[in-house]
Amino acid sequence: MKEQDSPVLIAQDIDKYFYNPVKTQVLKKVGFKIAKGEFVSIVGKSGCGKSTLLYILSTMDTDYDGKIFMDNELITGKSHNYLAHLRNEKIGFVFQFHYLLNEFSVLENVMIPGLKLGNYSREELEHRAMEKLRIFEMEEHALKKANQLSGGQKQRVAIARALINDPLLIMGDEPTGNLDKKNSDIVFHMFRELAQEYKQTMLVVTHDPEFAAGTDRIIEMEDGRVIRQ
Amino acid sequence: MSWGLIIELARALMLARLKQTFIAGVGVTFSITMFVALLGFMNGLNTMLDGLVINRTPHIRFYNQIKPNPNQPIDQMTDFENSLNIIRSVKPSTSRLSIYNSKEIIRTLESDPRVLGVSSKVSTQVFFNVGTIDLTGVINGIDVDKEAALFSFTDYVTQGNYEELNQINSIILGKGLADRMLAGIGDVIQVTTAQGNRVQLKVVGYYQSGLGDFDNANSYASISTVQKILGEPTSYVTDIQVKLKELSQAPPMAREMRETFGIDADDIQTINAQFETGTNVRTLISYAVGITLLVVSGFGIYNILNMMIYEKLDTIAILKAIGFNSQDVNRIFITIALTIGVIGGAVGLLLGFLAGLGIDQIPFETEALPTIKTFPVDYNPKYYLIGGVFSLVTTYLAGFFPARKASGVDPVDIIRGK
Repeated sequence: MKEQDSPVLIAQDIDKYFYNPVKTQVLKKVGFKIAKGEFVSIVGKSGCGKSTLLYILSTMDTDYDGKIFMDNELITGKSHNYLAHLRNEKIGFVFQFHYLLNEFSVLENVMIPGLKLGNYSREELEHRAMEKLRIFEMEEHALKKANQLSGGQKQRVAIARALINDPLLIMGDEPTGNLDKKNSDIVFHMFRELAQEYKQTMLVVTHDPEFAAGTDRIIEMEDGRVIRQ
Repeated sequence: MSWGLIIELARALMLARLKQTFIAGVGVTFSITMFVALLGFMNGLNTMLDGLVINRTPHIRFYNQIKPNPNQPIDQMTDFENSLNIIRSVKPSTSRLSIYNSKEIIRTLESDPRVLGVSSKVSTQVFFNVGTIDLTGVINGIDVDKEAALFSFTDYVTQGNYEELNQINSIILGKGLADRMLAGIGDVIQVTTAQGNRVQLKVVGYYQSGLGDFDNANSYASISTVQKILGEPTSYVTDIQVKLKELSQAPPMAREMRETFGIDADDIQTINAQFETGTNVRTLISYAVGITLLVVSGFGIYNILNMMIYEKLDTIAILKAIGFNSQDVNRIFITIALTIGVIGGAVGLLLGFLAGLGIDQIPFETEALPTIKTFPVDYNPKYYLIGGVFSLVTTYLAGFFPARKASGVDPVDIIRGK
């Protein structure tokens, strides 16, 4: 199998149970593949398990049955420290509620995952972080504190942060869910741009049909099952 | 994982809650200040009180005790070997107070490497004649210069010049004794010895030890003056006082010398056991108070870190989501705790030192302690070291559990919960 053909992420027969208050199965034999460069969205009604699935795929939730391969490597059952390193290196996150660190400046927020990975020196990272911010036209806000930004601006910074380590895959959990129409359009166009210009592989959970329509592929879920992909 | 980033994150979290962090630091500072000041003050007092007795007490004292002979003739008879012999009304055999062959003993002691110095002494009971009244008292004949060098004699001569004691027929009276005799410096007093000799002595100073009973009966003259009063030769010595380089060697050495010279030898530990007990108990109490203060401030840090963790759950979750593992998060909070400990502790040590200097300035004058003008403070680095180490240990422990809790935060719970 050649490198460019190999899928970035494979999910095989993922089962997930919640035990509180009673045992309920939220994911039932979920399986799919995401190829390199694909921009995929997961849609479905509230409570269909799409966020739960995303947390499992993101390696943060390890309590599931089934297998996940990332970059042709089985990551199910790996140690927490290994998974933390994997997230740092290969996955970029964009959450619904921005989740920037308010104690730091915009630039530092973007740099922190890079500093954690430690592949580049601080000066190089600063340069790279400024480049990423420039993509999203946020470079003039670089020295502001994170809490001085508007919601849309925060989300753009969060995407820049997700990109700092050139991740294999970007995951988004309702990245436009908390934004107004205008900002949500801006953010959507950024995702599109990343997909088209940078061939960035992305997996985004959304319940915004407009957003989903703009992606390469839609995985639709209902009651813990993939009903269409 | 680079510590630089962890320290940067810890610093940012602390700056975000500057006031709380400051208060936690003040807690540590206060307790370390109190710990150091308290121990310094307590031990200053201890050293002073011990010094009252220990500085002027010889580490080993050789003397002849008047006592019945332990080897009674009947014990040496083989006929009564297996019987129980009871002799009533045993009297001391004729013995003398002076030490046999004192010059040779002094020479042997002086050549011993463990010995710092040796000073001989003649003590005798006398009557001080005040008009028609006779006051009983003791004259200690001392080797003035050695007594000053070894046993801090000069500290207790509150008026007059101790060097004048080297002149024949001069005397330094205990303060209480002088008061009772109404004898001023320069006055001549009359003394009668037990043998009936009468001598006139010139008062050249007052001696005040701080122990009232002692000052009411004791006086000092040069050893040759006392030998002359008694009509004895210069070899007449009743006590040989030894100061050692190491105080702790006194008991074994006293035992050894007792055998070698065949005379009585008392070591300082045996005689002053109660002083050591008192010192130990006081030290124990001050450590207990100091450590209690530190533990209380430790709880303060624990509380503040716990609150910080609740407030910063989002931050912890996002750090974990972007690839920080549990250890990293743990280290961030331990770093916060230790920073509070190090800075609070360092300021505390400095303030403790200043508090010590302050206490050192407070006047403390008492009749009983002529040499003390202000409260004594001990600046022993040991207390600063203990305080510093303890501040680190308590803050580490105070940070340990909150840090463990923070490292156990499940990011999914937090991100989902929003």
